Amino acid sequence: MSRNILVSALILGFFGFIGATLVAVTEFGTHDRILENERQALLQQLYEIVPKDRIDNDMLAHPLTVNAQEALGQESSLVYVGEKDGQLSAMVFQATVPDGYSGPIRLLVGVDRNAVLLGTRVIAHKETPGLGDKIEQEKSDWILGFAGKSLTDPKLDRWKVKKDGGDFDQFTGATVTPRAVVNGVRRVLLYFDKQKDALYNDYLEKTKSKP
Amino acid sequence: MSATYRDIINNGLWTNNQALVALLGLCPLLATSNTAINGLGLGLATTLVLLLSNTTVSLIRNLVRPEVRLPVFVLVIASFVTAVELSMNAWFHDLYKILGIFIPLIVTNCAIIGRAEAFASKNTVPKAALDGLMMGLGFATVLFTLGATRELIGQGTLFSGAHLMFGEIARGWTIEIANYKGVLLAILPPGAFIGLGSLIAVKNWIDKSRKERARKETPVADEGEIAAT
Repeated sequence: MSRNILVSALILGFFGFIGATLVAVTEFGTHDRILENERQALLQQLYEIVPKDRIDNDMLAHPLTVNAQEALGQESSLVYVGEKDGQLSAMVFQATVPDGYSGPIRLLVGVDRNAVLLGTRVIAHKETPGLGDKIEQEKSDWILGFAGKSLTDPKLDRWKVKKDGGDFDQFTGATVTPRAVVNGVRRVLLYFDKQKDALYNDYLEKTKSKP
Repeated sequence: MSATYRDIINNGLWTNNQALVALLGLCPLLATSNTAINGLGLGLATTLVLLLSNTTVSLIRNLVRPEVRLPVFVLVIASFVTAVELSMNAWFHDLYKILGIFIPLIVTNCAIIGRAEAFASKNTVPKAALDGLMMGLGFATVLFTLGATRELIGQGTLFSGAHLMFGEIARGWTIEIANYKGVLLAILPPGAFIGLGSLIAVKNWIDKSRKERARKETPVADEGEIAAT
């Protein structure tokens, strides 16, 4: 009886080993490609926001990690710094808008040296298909409207959707989503305004120590 | 007990279709059938796993003792799903991101362990492989049909996002109905239930009218004669 159990256990263990081997081999074979895919996907998103001719460094090489829960909506976010001719040219922030209609919305927000928005993209969201999902670039051009805006254009108290007396369009049947995104982008701009020198100094130190 | 190859094909695609008759694997079926391409993507991934797991289970059917067969089957299935998931991440990265959690969840699709236990563990390798392929294709066809229908009714397009699967060439494949706003309900979860229900109804209706036609052609006349005499 106990011998039976042992044989069964060995069979099970053998197949566990085979299964683990299969997974390990596949992981080994795909690991680099997956990392490269993720890098390319991120790079593509960054280049969509920051035009290639605006920067001459590798934005992905030295991302900063900042902890600004209040401004960026997530415990730690990455900030990508773009330089041109040794000067700050652009920053791209990862930010989360916590108050979407059905959960958090993750954004990339790009700002140029003069605190003018280069662009915003939605990376992940769970908004209602057909209503709130118009924040996606694939679904509508709404998100492109942020490019060129800044804290002075429109004025700070006009950084709202039209329904709330501001300058930004809402969608038919969905106000919560665009309201949340507008607020989120505004918070990033305010954060950039206050922190840009400190962030850029961090970046310079980081690149100096690891050229 | 031993089924012919013809039976296996018929069973997988129609008579015992895992989605329309057995009603297995409904969670991924309902969740990823919002566009034709999403449906096709998950359908093909499921087919691949079914083919691999059925073949393997049939290969090892005389090796594994009955008391540990289920854990072994689960191990086999889980390994293949993980391998398929990693491969999709490597070669179909964008589609992988859309299907997300539903790829690893193929493990929990009862259709797969169901076929392993009910068919592959009792049949020869070629038959088990064919069964896996046909069951998978039957499932994928339903996913694709449901996805295409929901996409067409819901947002008035067909094959949107084809480039995620077939590369940049496919970007122009999307068909769009002009001036059609779409019925939101079809895209939302209730639309999935209504759509699947309708598909099942259509299948049952086809079966019924087939049966009636078959009955009319042969025995009905005899009955009539008997009644007359």
